[in-house]
Amino acid sequence: MIVQGITGREGAFHAEQMLAMGTKLVGGTSPGKGGTTHLGVPVFNTVYDAVAATGATASGIFVPPAFAPDAIMEAAAAGVTLIACITEGIPIQDMIRVKDFLRGYPSARLIGPNCPGLITPGVAKIGIIPQRITRPGSVGLVSRSGTLTYEVGSALSAAGMGQSTIVGIGGDPVLGLTFSDVISLFEADLATDRLVVIGEIGGSDEEHAAELLGRGSRLKTVAFISGRTAPEGKRMGHAGAIISGNRGTAKSKEEAFRRAGVAVAETTDEIVGLLS
Amino acid sequence: MKLLEYQAKEVLASLGISIPPGRVAHSPDEAAEACAALGPVAVKAQVPVGGRGKAGGIKLASTPEEARRAAEQIIGMDIKGYKVPLVYCEAALEIAREIYLGFTVDRDARANILMLSSKGGMDIEQVASESPDSIARLYPNPWRGPLGFELNALVFQAGLGELGRPLMALIKKLYRAIPELDAVTAEINPLVVTRSGDIIAGDAKLEIDDNAMWRQLDLDRLYGSLIEGDPYEVEAKKRGLIYVSLDGEIGIIGNGAGLCMSTLDLVQRAGGGAANFCDIGGGARAEVVENALGVIMMNPRVKGVLMNIFGGITRCDEVARGLVTARDNLKMKLPLVVRMSGTNEEEGRAILKANGIEPGANAWEAAQKIVELTRAAAPRS
Repeated sequence: MIVQGITGREGAFHAEQMLAMGTKLVGGTSPGKGGTTHLGVPVFNTVYDAVAATGATASGIFVPPAFAPDAIMEAAAAGVTLIACITEGIPIQDMIRVKDFLRGYPSARLIGPNCPGLITPGVAKIGIIPQRITRPGSVGLVSRSGTLTYEVGSALSAAGMGQSTIVGIGGDPVLGLTFSDVISLFEADLATDRLVVIGEIGGSDEEHAAELLGRGSRLKTVAFISGRTAPEGKRMGHAGAIISGNRGTAKSKEEAFRRAGVAVAETTDEIVGLLS
Repeated sequence: MKLLEYQAKEVLASLGISIPPGRVAHSPDEAAEACAALGPVAVKAQVPVGGRGKAGGIKLASTPEEARRAAEQIIGMDIKGYKVPLVYCEAALEIAREIYLGFTVDRDARANILMLSSKGGMDIEQVASESPDSIARLYPNPWRGPLGFELNALVFQAGLGELGRPLMALIKKLYRAIPELDAVTAEINPLVVTRSGDIIAGDAKLEIDDNAMWRQLDLDRLYGSLIEGDPYEVEAKKRGLIYVSLDGEIGIIGNGAGLCMSTLDLVQRAGGGAANFCDIGGGARAEVVENALGVIMMNPRVKGVLMNIFGGITRCDEVARGLVTARDNLKMKLPLVVRMSGTNEEEGRAILKANGIEPGANAWEAAQKIVELTRAAAPRS
């Protein structure tokens, strides 16, 4: 994998963490700094150059919001097939254009933006999920929230329930992979036998995921939704966490999961118990 | 950023869309003057929320004296938590028919959706549920916008073919608000066809993406400071904090939007209610904590504070140090309960204990404890 924005403060800090856990980080990009070396890996001016020289297939994006949309499209155009965009604060209209652009690159999977990325404990990570809160195992974890992911991952680890992979899909209204996309990937991943879904108010991704699980799943699943007490029309911190009218409420999401036969945790503390 | 009606109309006018003659009035006298100049007017409260009419925020006035009285009643009124700062006096239109026209972001489709309906003047959600077929929809390509033939099909689908040319021209003008102004909602409801055949924006809703304000500096400069919302939210924004006002009694500080929301849920489950919350984000430093506590405490309804931190990137010791300094600087006497877990948790807890703050064992116990303590505490003077 490569890091786009590897010479920036955030990019460099997290690239170091990724290397420390053994991730095969083979390079980075930073326009104008091509030909130099950073953290012991080569820096390139373009993603195209980085892919040509290293054969990288994945990228973590750590560039500011004004440049991140272009960085995502650059990665897809250069043939990168797994793109995790950590950047927070990308304008919605930019992401709508990016999503349209990505239709031309069906093999490129985008995670985020405004997300913590993904980690396979003990193997590799792209993004900022601290390795410390994880341990290898067979629980899949997918979440819209960063800190809640760490909190739940940590509780699972403490209870001896290691994780196959943890994916933070991000808190923006317009995202790359949805809950359903990630759940399908876990379904096909034989290293995963149980699943935790951490959703929040806003949109209807959780409802779609519940429908998918209701159609039949081999995974034992627990869902948790934050924002049960959020009032209508208030943006609850995440750009995407907003209830409009009767849409996007925690109640509607919890009911959808229950209808699908998925256990719903009312607090994060209940998740471990419901999963065992 | 949600623009007020008159601001949204100014923007529409700048895009070449016709709006009724109108004037902003900050006082009853100005409302009377506006009516004297414009003739019979609707005196409309300017707040960035819907439902003004039902709340008594729109009154008709046929004489300057009536306009003055209407403005007296409306200015300063509270509509859904917004104190009405001013009214917009707008000339009445001779309405022949009302149309709905709006763009918004369809989250499921990850695209902009354009909706057009011959049933204007009603809430579009209601139209959508009662007669979904009366709404024509189009997902314009986000790189090139809607094409002529797509709009032509749209107006015929909506049963508005006889207004085809002027309507298509108007939709193209409104669409400019999306690529040029980063609008996430641009709605004209009703779009009025007058008896003389003019097409005029009867009402206007415009919401600009907060993530795009760095490149919408003109809008921010013109309107950013004028939307008087919750004063604490305004102050928090000045300090660069993510802050939301609610209506309970417990102040909440957490790191991460999801964690903050789940903390509110725990407080409610324990029988309390959150007054507000402040998300200090990932990697927060001591001074951010101090700033956050300051804003949380500004609201006199706050009777106690619950802090819920999970240290992923954030270091618990750093947060604990910031919290102790903040409490001392602000001379805080209110109950304070802290739950911290994760990176440098032991160091953080030790700092809290050394300074007389007992860290809660887990989030649920901490929530119960703060609810109990705020119930016992005497109301703040």
